[in-house]
Amino acid sequence: MTATTTSARSELSELGRSETALRTFLHGLPGVDQVGAEQRAAQLGTRSIKTTAKAQAIDLAIRMVDLTTLEGADTPGKVRALAAKALRPDPADPSCPHVGAVCVYPAMVPYVAEVLRGSAVHLASVATAFPSGQAPLEIKLADTRAAVAAGADEIDMVINRSAFLSGRYKEVYDEIVATKEACGDAHLKVILETGELATYDNVRRASWLAMLAGGDFIKTSTGKVPIAATMPVSLVMLEAVRDFREATGRQVGVKPAGGIKTTKDAIKYLVMVNETVGPDWLDPDWFRFGASSLLNDLLMQRTKLTTGTYSGPDYFTLD
Amino acid sequence: MFEYAPAPESRSVVDLKPSYGLFIDGKFVDPADGGSSKSINPASEEVLAEVAEAGTPDVERAVRAARKAYDKVWGPMPGRDRAKYLYRIARLIQERSRELAVLESLDNGKPIRESRDVDLPLVAAHFFYYAGWADKLEHAGFGGNPQPIGVAAQVIPWNFPLLMLAWKIAPALAAGNTVVLKPAETTPLTALLFAEICQQADLPAGVVNILTGAGDTGRALVEHPGVDKVAFTGSTEVGRAIARSIAGTRKKLTLELGGKAANIVFDDAPIDQAVEGIVNGIFFNQGHVCCAGSRLLVQENVADRVLESLKRRMAQLRVGDPLDKNTDVGAINSAAQLERIRELSDAGSAEGAERWSPPCELPDRGFWFAPTIFTGVTQAHRIAREEIFGPVLSVLTFRTPAEAVEKANNTPYGLSAGIWTDKGSRILWMADRLRAGVVWANTFNKFDPTSPFGGYKESGYGREGGRHGLEGYLNV
Repeated sequence: MTATTTSARSELSELGRSETALRTFLHGLPGVDQVGAEQRAAQLGTRSIKTTAKAQAIDLAIRMVDLTTLEGADTPGKVRALAAKALRPDPADPSCPHVGAVCVYPAMVPYVAEVLRGSAVHLASVATAFPSGQAPLEIKLADTRAAVAAGADEIDMVINRSAFLSGRYKEVYDEIVATKEACGDAHLKVILETGELATYDNVRRASWLAMLAGGDFIKTSTGKVPIAATMPVSLVMLEAVRDFREATGRQVGVKPAGGIKTTKDAIKYLVMVNETVGPDWLDPDWFRFGASSLLNDLLMQRTKLTTGTYSGPDYFTLD
Repeated sequence: MFEYAPAPESRSVVDLKPSYGLFIDGKFVDPADGGSSKSINPASEEVLAEVAEAGTPDVERAVRAARKAYDKVWGPMPGRDRAKYLYRIARLIQERSRELAVLESLDNGKPIRESRDVDLPLVAAHFFYYAGWADKLEHAGFGGNPQPIGVAAQVIPWNFPLLMLAWKIAPALAAGNTVVLKPAETTPLTALLFAEICQQADLPAGVVNILTGAGDTGRALVEHPGVDKVAFTGSTEVGRAIARSIAGTRKKLTLELGGKAANIVFDDAPIDQAVEGIVNGIFFNQGHVCCAGSRLLVQENVADRVLESLKRRMAQLRVGDPLDKNTDVGAINSAAQLERIRELSDAGSAEGAERWSPPCELPDRGFWFAPTIFTGVTQAHRIAREEIFGPVLSVLTFRTPAEAVEKANNTPYGLSAGIWTDKGSRILWMADRLRAGVVWANTFNKFDPTSPFGGYKESGYGREGGRHGLEGYLNV
């Protein structure tokens, strides 16, 4: 890290001490032109990724999947099956890589932990009164500690949108700092719930707020509101992590979640990562897909590339 | 690293003949004196086809055919029937758009992504749009009974071969004129394919005539006494010669000439999108764009930041095979144009500007020029004044809005300008003061058939596109 980024980093770490300083900083970030951002995202979506590049992209995408189930109906049996799939997504092909992580509610963490123990697949858990975050801070922190104690090594928290939208940035900041502390060694992914933030300017500000407060990852959505991850939103977040690393030297990961269902979509995201932040982020440590049905489509396309024929959906496990 | 494998568009959709005649009176015919030239692929220098060179007798024949069609068929035809032909042409263009796009990229060198996503959709849109006007001319604001002019001589450039053809032919035909069009000598092929589309659409013979050839053919055409209207898009130098040659005649003239547009970035601009706009402004179509944002005026207090982002973005540009679907910047259209770009760029370096290009490998064969920016450019440099018509950006700085306006207007041209700021009132203030025919705000190079396009000062006169585009083809 250079001397300038060190001093910038310490300057930026001071911001969280005052509401005014935070507000001045966040509102001083360059704006996002909606039309331009959407146009750029659409343009990146026209790249044509074929043959060897496609094979490479599919394997990378599989390794980046946070295989997720977040339902009231989740049971130990259901999440064990999901964890088994995470370890061996394609039982017929040992060359198929495992996914990045399994993502479940805190109550389900112990059952997943049993299956994943000793493997390289991470165990993520949503916490902090997911998905609304509308609970007292103490409860959110207790939720986080419980998930970590049960074996989660990644925590997906939600930001306090109520505080963010009413302009209480310091409150949002402090909650993230407190959650990060409650995480201990676990990695913290900060869900911005961009569908509720509505504007790209808000997405950029929330991204910076989450990074300033110590988030290891910024994540688009819970998947529980109508608008989840979109290409332009993810583009704005990628620009934010790029600029943040430039300013501070610290790299932050990005996780679009919700609504990414096809290989084609996943490849568009990888192209966007490649051309916006570069190869440093083309790694499961720095980019993840929050998804469930995406994995089977990736497997289907992978089989198509290796065998030349499409297999029916019955050849891929439903979990 | 994530390397994109080659993704070439197939050439097999294009069925090129080894040689092409002139399209006169609904048929392909041999030129009177048998002259011809070769059209090459600028990305590989391979010969694509041999194309006839029209001489004076051919011009005579074509103008006579256009006159006859005007007097007997197209002039008297009700607007609603003309519209049917135009709609039919528009649909055929859409149906054959892949073929046309591939041929355009082969002959011109532009990336298939652009010919497929920009040129062809706009070409079809122009025909659809003007088809709609054909039976509504009395409502276009030019009086109750506007009449066509007669035979239009149209000379178009090589940068957007088919799109410029559409800009010329669609309004002319909608208004009831017949045309003789000369495509550029380096890019005649899509115009010849368009001639086949006219046949396919059963367009009456002589309504559209296409004469291929070089400068002499163009001169003979615009100077022909049987021509009532001249429309030209190209260099200011040729535009001047045309204006001189037809002075004192009854011919009406519209000219769309060069430009040296300022793309103005204020300190409150959305930087990431502004950088996209700068890239689109100067590297779209290899910078072979008359309205290209070839001068970047950036507010001094954000200049370093903008340039850093711009360089990072330029490093992502993929230069190479125009038919690869992932190519962003294709080939320079001709050896002559490449020579001019080199000459002006060398002048930029010699005059003390700092030159930068991202590392990029250029193919061995064909005509190529890496995307280039010059920083430390002043108003006195040639690269800040002369139109380069290539992927070369001159970067200047300013301190205040007034200075930005002054610098932007300090050029003999006035075709287009771009403004990047988050402040709406500043956009309006600037747009009022910029002497440019088109002013884009927080975007660049946006085209639409409903929107008039044209220049101030030495960028020409007359408007193309929109209701205004009809005026040049009506006796008003």
